[in-house]
Amino acid sequence: MIDVQNVYKTFFVPHEIQALHDVSYHVDPAEVVVVIGPSGSGKSTFLRCLNRLEHAESGHIMIDGTDVLDPKTNINKVRMEVGMVFQSFNLFPHLTVLENVVVGQTSVRKRGKKEATEKAMTLLNKVGIHAKADNYPAQLSGGQQQRVAIARALAMEPKVMLFDEPTSALDPEMVGEVLDVMKTLAQEGMTMVVVTHEMGFAREVADQVVFMDEGKIIEVGNPEHFFTNPENERTKLFLSQIL
Amino acid sequence: MTNVPHTASLKRPNSQLMWKILYFVALFATCGGFYAATESADYIWRWNRIPRYFYYVEDVEVRAEIEGLVTAIHQKADESVVVVEGDGESEHYTFPGKDLMVEDGDDIEMGDVLGTYKEGQMGLLVDGLIATIEISAISIVLGILVGLFTGLARISTNPFFRWSAITYIEIIRGTPLLVQIMIWYFVLGTLINQMLDRLNLFQIPELWFGILSLVIFAGAYVAEIVRAGIQSINKGQMEAARSLGMTKTVAMIKIILPQAFKRILPPLAGQFISLIKDSSLLGVIAIRELTKATREAVTTSLMPYELWFVCGIMYLVVTFSLSMFVQYLEKRSAEA
Repeated sequence: MIDVQNVYKTFFVPHEIQALHDVSYHVDPAEVVVVIGPSGSGKSTFLRCLNRLEHAESGHIMIDGTDVLDPKTNINKVRMEVGMVFQSFNLFPHLTVLENVVVGQTSVRKRGKKEATEKAMTLLNKVGIHAKADNYPAQLSGGQQQRVAIARALAMEPKVMLFDEPTSALDPEMVGEVLDVMKTLAQEGMTMVVVTHEMGFAREVADQVVFMDEGKIIEVGNPEHFFTNPENERTKLFLSQIL
Repeated sequence: MTNVPHTASLKRPNSQLMWKILYFVALFATCGGFYAATESADYIWRWNRIPRYFYYVEDVEVRAEIEGLVTAIHQKADESVVVVEGDGESEHYTFPGKDLMVEDGDDIEMGDVLGTYKEGQMGLLVDGLIATIEISAISIVLGILVGLFTGLARISTNPFFRWSAITYIEIIRGTPLLVQIMIWYFVLGTLINQMLDRLNLFQIPELWFGILSLVIFAGAYVAEIVRAGIQSINKGQMEAARSLGMTKTVAMIKIILPQAFKRILPPLAGQFISLIKDSSLLGVIAIRELTKATREAVTTSLMPYELWFVCGIMYLVVTFSLSMFVQYLEKRSAEA
């Protein structure tokens, strides 16, 4: 489903830094991959390169057979198939909850208003926000906003979902409700790449855990291996600091 | 504990009352001093002659346009009809009131007065004010359009659009409006009309060169307001829209601009207020807006003190009510 080969990415602002250094990885359909690592390790950059929010300068990123980095690729077509959920929700504040979930369907998927609204209500029901459909995002709690953001991404019927620290901006008591929605998604067979600090989620839901540091993938394994018997020294150090 | 703020609140109004009194004393002293100065300069105030510059009643004479006989006169409650016949022609003259100068059967020469009536007319200053408001309104609407596209070009990644926008904005913001008006009128206006003349086409009236100069001027400032408004929208909004698969244009129209517009509205209204004041410069190219109208009134009446004060107050009334409206908008957008 996702195939990443020898990807490099350098930032020049505010100063030159190698964010990704020869990163290669493969994600199978219906696989849930959790990416962990210290801040500045390049895990968010890695995720954002997958739908070209950041433009990797070399290598190949294949999503469902299409090369994201090929200049001839229509990136908007790829992005329709790749849902993304942000740390800061990024809901559209001038639209109601319902309109947030509808706008992508009508303007990108070219669905009719009625069909899009029905689809949106089904999804809002699924994430448990249907009662707030006519409210504006600012009237919702952080956890509710993030669940709307997930519904917004799902409305495009993506083949892959990317989560960029979806619970980091939430009050602790709201983390659970968002993780529950994500667990349901994983059980339904969605291909997911999740950057998170929630080790409980990684242990419980992930098929593979990836540890990144200084722009490189340091260690890959299933959660069982990862949390009980890590091999790399840096992985051990990181896990000992956060667990 | 509760005593501390209590004593503080007792003390404050007293000390501020002093300053409030001082404010009014200074205000009266300034006005009084000014009045005393005009008295000693033997200026005679004639405020009673000001209202005619707002509204006056004019006697209108209805004159015959043919030669002949008055064959019929009908008088209804509030209008009179005089029928004149002669040389195979017949004319009906209808006018309000009953002030007739002819009777049935009278011989009428061409140009004879048949009757008179009174008609209220807008005075010179009201004419000027209306012109000022019209010119400013047209200029700001067109200026917003120019500014919107320039603002978008200004933040474009395409160097042609970006550099064009920067050149335009810097030239306009770096030169005085008065000079720009002169260039539009005496240089570009003459050139354009000469070329149109050579092609045997219509001529553009000077009013439109005046409006054009204000449009181009306002456009440059609006462009910077638009740019700031768009850039104030969180980068995450564009990313979220793009990650749904929206093109840059769709994301701009559906997501960014509606949010930016809310923030742009108050500074735009402020720009409109500036434009109303700046339009006073159009008098130099013979456009009769409020300032030019006042100058004409001063020349004929020799009442410069009253008229210039009235002129200033009229600008103040318009701009002040607009700025009240802006405050209301700001309050509302802060709540939303």
